[in-house]
Amino acid sequence: MSNYKEITVNALWKQNPGVVQLLGLCPTLAVTTTAVNGISLGLATALVMAASNGTVSPVRKLVPSEIRVPVFILIIAALVSIIDMSINAFAHPLHKVLGIFIPLIVVNCIVLARVESFAAKNTFVPSILDGFMMGIGLTLVLGLLGGMREVIGKGTLFSGLDLVFGPEAKHFVLTVIPDYHGFLLAVLPPGAFLGLGTLIALRNWAEVRNAKKADTPDNSLKPVLNH
Amino acid sequence: MSDTVIKHTSVTALTMVAFALIGTALLAYVFNITREPIEKSEAEARLALFRQILPDDHYYGDPKSKDDDSLLNNVVDIAPNDLLGNKTPSKAYIAKQDHKFAAVILEAIAHDGYSGDIKLLIAIRADGTVSGVRVLTHKETPGLGDYIDIAHGNWIKLFDNESVEKTPAEQWKVKKDGGKFDYMVGATITPRAVVKAVAKALQFYQQNQLLLQQTQIESSPSGLESGHKD
Repeated sequence: MSNYKEITVNALWKQNPGVVQLLGLCPTLAVTTTAVNGISLGLATALVMAASNGTVSPVRKLVPSEIRVPVFILIIAALVSIIDMSINAFAHPLHKVLGIFIPLIVVNCIVLARVESFAAKNTFVPSILDGFMMGIGLTLVLGLLGGMREVIGKGTLFSGLDLVFGPEAKHFVLTVIPDYHGFLLAVLPPGAFLGLGTLIALRNWAEVRNAKKADTPDNSLKPVLNH
Repeated sequence: MSDTVIKHTSVTALTMVAFALIGTALLAYVFNITREPIEKSEAEARLALFRQILPDDHYYGDPKSKDDDSLLNNVVDIAPNDLLGNKTPSKAYIAKQDHKFAAVILEAIAHDGYSGDIKLLIAIRADGTVSGVRVLTHKETPGLGDYIDIAHGNWIKLFDNESVEKTPAEQWKVKKDGGKFDYMVGATITPRAVVKAVAKALQFYQQNQLLLQQTQIESSPSGLESGHKD
């Protein structure tokens, strides 16, 4: 059980793909112009990562190590195409929203990274959990970054929600700053870099502060353990 | 020694082949079972777009009765044409009023988008004005180039009521290139491709309007070939 907890904490905080591993930045920077876009891409990635980790883990012993990378890429590419076609056929409204993100996931190296570093060495259930939680960790970062850029760039939050939940959801779009004329920099790619940098800095600051807090009372009693 | 090397190599190669075969087989299977539902939902989406660019209800009369003016009954195949950008035969949907040509919906493909083809539906009235343009499918970057899609912005409505008479050929460009069409900073390639495709489709209509207007379509929806230009 503690194993599962560790996987979750790792994915969401210690090894967060967005702000610690810094993997999969290409879609991260391009798509996060709004909170809804960011969260949609994050959830689609979580789905693909859970599926790819879950597929690779059972066959990991059949794959000679020399060809593991091409085989993993083959599995991921096939899987993403299958998910893409299935969503298109059986959940068309969802495909309209997520469809455009799915081809972006194929090139996202975070998927291959987790398959290679986790699913290739671990059993089925922990692998699925790791893939899914890494995806959720990425979703958090994408959602935050998208939200920041949207508020600063356009003065709204959750615009485009109606594309996901139908026209009634238009009422949930928050106008944070009324009569805002927009701040283009935040919406353009440099805004994505600045925003991500801010998030990384905030996370590092919180980490250092936590480490100091944990250190001070124990320092005199026992040697500090570095994780 | 060399025996084990050969054995190891062949096992590795065979594993790779096996995975490739399984992957291909799975993909082929899923492609087959999903093809029909995907085509169906795309046809529905297409009809919804038709109604956006040609809103009059009577263009969509009962498709079962043979001699009505429904554009679903008046489909013409158009051979591959440089102006429309189609490499395989595409369809033109002819809407009629009182059995006379009233408007046509053309499918055009822009190949010079930022990523992949942009498929457009362009409705042109008999007098050569644009009734509306919609993006059918595209793979432009989400959040950047996707504002050409009506779901992400009203940019595509810039073309409403445009025509070759209203806007001279050298003005059919985005503002950055000295034309009259707005674009969003950071994504110029996408609107540039769309503007060009719409201008070329209007050109196609001008060259072929007599053919399109005179076409008497029999009840068979595959229809006859028209608009072929060498």
